[in-house]
Amino acid sequence: MIELQGIGKTFRKGKEEVRAVSGVDLEIEPHSIVALIGPSGCGKSTLLNMIAGLYPPSEGRVVYQGGQVSDVNTDVGYMTQKDNLLPWRTVLDNVALPLELAGQPQAKRYEAARAMIRQVGLDGFENKYSGELSGGMRKRACLARMLLYEPKALLLDEPFAALDAQLRIAMHDLLLRLWAANKQTILLVTHDLVEAITLADRVVVFSRRPARVAHEQLIDLPRPRDVAQVRFTERFHEIYNAIWEKLREEYVEEKL
Amino acid sequence: MTASETVTPELSKPVPARAQRKPLGEMSPTAMVGLQILLGIVLLVVWQLCAGRLVDKFMISSPVDVAARLWGWIASGTIYVHIWATVYATVYGFLIGAVAGVVGGLWLGLSPFLSRLLDPYIWAFNALPKVALAPLFILWFGLGINSKVALAAVLVVFLVFVNTFAGVREVDPDLVDSLRLMRAKRRQILTKVVLPSATSWIFVGLKTAVPYALIGTIIGEMIAANRGLGYLVQRSGSEFDTAGVFAALVVIAVLAVIFNEMVARVQDRIQGWKVVSR
Repeated sequence: MIELQGIGKTFRKGKEEVRAVSGVDLEIEPHSIVALIGPSGCGKSTLLNMIAGLYPPSEGRVVYQGGQVSDVNTDVGYMTQKDNLLPWRTVLDNVALPLELAGQPQAKRYEAARAMIRQVGLDGFENKYSGELSGGMRKRACLARMLLYEPKALLLDEPFAALDAQLRIAMHDLLLRLWAANKQTILLVTHDLVEAITLADRVVVFSRRPARVAHEQLIDLPRPRDVAQVRFTERFHEIYNAIWEKLREEYVEEKL
Repeated sequence: MTASETVTPELSKPVPARAQRKPLGEMSPTAMVGLQILLGIVLLVVWQLCAGRLVDKFMISSPVDVAARLWGWIASGTIYVHIWATVYATVYGFLIGAVAGVVGGLWLGLSPFLSRLLDPYIWAFNALPKVALAPLFILWFGLGINSKVALAAVLVVFLVFVNTFAGVREVDPDLVDSLRLMRAKRRQILTKVVLPSATSWIFVGLKTAVPYALIGTIIGEMIAANRGLGYLVQRSGSEFDTAGVFAALVVIAVLAVIFNEMVARVQDRIQGWKVVSR
């Protein structure tokens, strides 16, 4: 589905050069959930931006469904830390935006948007502006908007980082239910190891900058998972400790 | 304002009314309007009393004379042709300048190459006192109303241009990227993101430009014209008719207030989401 082949990325700012990503090879199977985890500022978001085609890699290539990504990749849904809702539009008009861009008539797109808003549990808030919503509601609106145009792959960049613990579990549950219904390929960047193991089929640990793949771990927890309970199982702890060992090495190195 | 009004009665209960004094700044709007009118009347009375006693009427005329002059103009109907000329030139100048400013600002804002190329020329032209162009416009467009329209437009265009340009530059690039990922075409990004998000900037430009459109027109009329409020000020002055000068100034001030109020109304209507989200 998504292949990263020898990806490297260097940012230039005046005379300064920052090596963000170096020699990353990664393959993501269709319909799987892969979590990318690593120290903050290590270049994970840079990887997502390159898969989305927002900027090209300095070395290597990104292959999406057999074709090289050279321009904006409009087949993926991208959800960033920041919710990119248009503040001058209501929730309904924000969610319906992708269909509006595709030129669908108003009645049809509103109908689809209302159904999606109900799925993410935002019904009753269709006519609010994004400035009137809480952080969690804005995330739900973003999720609804992204799912409405049915992308085959979802890129999620710490989408739930700003939410409190209860809300995050609710969002995990929502995400897994939606995924069970639609089976998109999901690439999730996160800081939170519990979140990564709870959701993913595979966790990829990145080194500190420049980002390289330091460790990969298959998560063989059975599905469907109970997002609130799975973290208390024995198998979860084994996986958690195995990944934490590797992750700690990266954090320790970072301090030295 | 409303908060202070609702809180005060509770506070004043335990304390004797005499000790409870509201700060003057928190006076209710109605009381304030009353005070403002009172202040105006006091100033007019002082003016009337000074005129001819402390200061020569030749210098400051008097409110009664000014009112009489105004009434004379209205009764004879001669004022209307001047008001119409000024309103016409101001509105047309404003519209032409506003459209040119918005289009130019959007165009250059979206084209990094053009904006870098033209940068020094734009700033050089912007630094030029536009009023100094008046003789040129009179040569090009004649003594009639068109030279006033041109002067008003050239004053407006830069204010609107600079604000529109800044507004386009301030558009959140993440919003643009998120729309590109949703398969938005270039035109759609312009109409769905760039324009709406630059609207508040454009309005700041339009709002500041309104008085300048009036200034451009008036100056044009003072330099060379045979009608318009600026011409009226100029003619009254050269005839040593102080009351006439003041009367014309009063009409200009009223016009300025009406124009400003109209822009504020339009802005409120277009930017409903901003009012709601606060």
